Amino acid sequence: MLLTLVRASFRRRRTRTLLAVTGVAVSAALLLDMVMLSSGMRASFRSMLLARGFELRLAPRGTLPFDTEATIDSMSAVVRTLQANPDIVAVSPVLGGQLHVLLGDARLSTVALGLVPAVEGDYELRAGRNPCASDAMVVSQPFLDATHLHVGDTVRVAAGYDTQMRALTGQHTMVITGIAHFLYMPADARVVAMPIASLQAMIPAPNPDRASLFMLRVRKGADVEQVRRWVERAVPRATAISTETAMQQLDDRLRYFRQLAFILGSVSLVVGFLLVSTLVTVSVNERLGEIAVMRAIGIASRTVILQVVLEGTAIMIVGSALGLALGLVTARYLNGILSSFPGLPAAIDFFLFQPRDAWIALGLLGVSGIAAGIYPAWRGASLPIATTLREEAVG
Amino acid sequence: MTGSSLVLHARDLRRDYAMGESPVHALQGVSLEVASGDYVAIVGPSGCGKSTLLNLLGAIDRPTAGTVQIRGRGVESLSDAEATRFRLLHIGFVFQRFYLMPALTARENVELPMAEAGVARAERRARALELLDYVGLRGRAEHRPTQLSGGEQQRVAIARALANRPALLLCDEPTGELDAHTGAEMIALFERLNADGTTIVVVTHDEDLAGAARRVVHMRDGHVVSDTRTR
Repeated sequence: MLLTLVRASFRRRRTRTLLAVTGVAVSAALLLDMVMLSSGMRASFRSMLLARGFELRLAPRGTLPFDTEATIDSMSAVVRTLQANPDIVAVSPVLGGQLHVLLGDARLSTVALGLVPAVEGDYELRAGRNPCASDAMVVSQPFLDATHLHVGDTVRVAAGYDTQMRALTGQHTMVITGIAHFLYMPADARVVAMPIASLQAMIPAPNPDRASLFMLRVRKGADVEQVRRWVERAVPRATAISTETAMQQLDDRLRYFRQLAFILGSVSLVVGFLLVSTLVTVSVNERLGEIAVMRAIGIASRTVILQVVLEGTAIMIVGSALGLALGLVTARYLNGILSSFPGLPAAIDFFLFQPRDAWIALGLLGVSGIAAGIYPAWRGASLPIATTLREEAVG
Repeated sequence: MTGSSLVLHARDLRRDYAMGESPVHALQGVSLEVASGDYVAIVGPSGCGKSTLLNLLGAIDRPTAGTVQIRGRGVESLSDAEATRFRLLHIGFVFQRFYLMPALTARENVELPMAEAGVARAERRARALELLDYVGLRGRAEHRPTQLSGGEQQRVAIARALANRPALLLCDEPTGELDAHTGAEMIALFERLNADGTTIVVVTHDEDLAGAARRVVHMRDGHVVSDTRTR
């Protein structure tokens, strides 16, 4: 009967109920988006770092991976040193650079990665095969779109440009063997990847045996932090960064961003609370006579309180459910806009849906729905029956 | 009158209201006894304290002094929750303005007190239909109050008041909002109810309704000035 009364109350004020539910839905959508925003970047960054299971990254001392053009010399020796530790199960050296692609009279710049295809952790092969031969390379789809080349095509590349001679230097002929999705690169980046020895040979340097970055996979069950400390001792020229360290650095950089999301989320929660509270209070005020009669004929104040609180909670729950859908749609749209910022890895999401976030948002809204009904419920339940009936009769 | 046949025993009831600096003495020592099966009309000019008395008899207000016993149970000292439960199970109310729940059907309105009393769904539905049949509205059970005439709404209100088989039916100007013809039908219904054993106390200005009662209590200025048995 209680549910019948609640349903009946909504039916009676359909337009108002609909407007309130819509208002709560908008508020819930904003809250969900803010909760997703506050944790989404962090979660997607972490997931990106761990996508291929590499928990440690080794960059030239004092730098972050690919933050500068600095490299670590004696790559082969470093790899041997790292492989000597039984807690390190894979070492993937990466050399970064820039190549010029020769297309008739035109030339196109592209990011180049040198790596060991058997243990690489930079890309996912989408078509073709890995670049195992010294003249093989895999490329990103934007590279193919820009050059109008195809898998199997041969292309001339150059590593440098002599400004005095006005000529490209270090020219090589490479074969495109596959299309790859590069995990840490922007979605629209032109990227090629080839065996690290090939790139080392192309880009002139006093010590060709070098790498920009080492990615390390740690044995399951091993203490990553302990391994990190060992690596820093074993390779003093490098800084070892664990996923957790990187996350802490990210947290520091995103602190203001998260505070903003927290404030906006709180505002949307308060707006939802005030909306429902106002609606239920108005609704109770309109029904003072009805409530007084209910109390007079023996309906317990507990029942009146439950009815009013249920009304507030029902509006919050239905509005929140709609807001969940609305929030996901708007998050997807906003994510599309924010992710197209130049230089951002394609794998980074600003709004990442996680069931936990949805439960948090729904839980907060549910609690605020109950809270929103408490004052009007108390007001309804504590009416002086005789006085209210007399005032209603006079009114 | 024996104690066991008494449904209602009010003694020396007083009710003061704080209105500014000087209190208003709405009731100034009213005593009333109503036996089981009686039909009492309380009449008097506006402001004489009729409705105040009815509220005290129905345990929806507390007397400043005096006692009210219904079926031997003192109701003036009950807590709010106890008084509410007592009203639910022992007292039926009929108001001038019907006060049905507008969003519920006639049947649901009649079921409401039974649902609160914990009567099983099937049983309360059957009883609600039986009561609507009794007041001549079986065919209107699924209509909402806005789809019913004033007389029909008041019949539903009477069915609702009888839902939990109360010891006492208290009515406050039940014909006040009805035209003469419908009022006459209502008077006939009250007579039938009383003939079937319902104890009724009605506050009214309606001379026809008062004339149908077995006993008429006249009030003035917060006092009972006469108590006449007509039948």
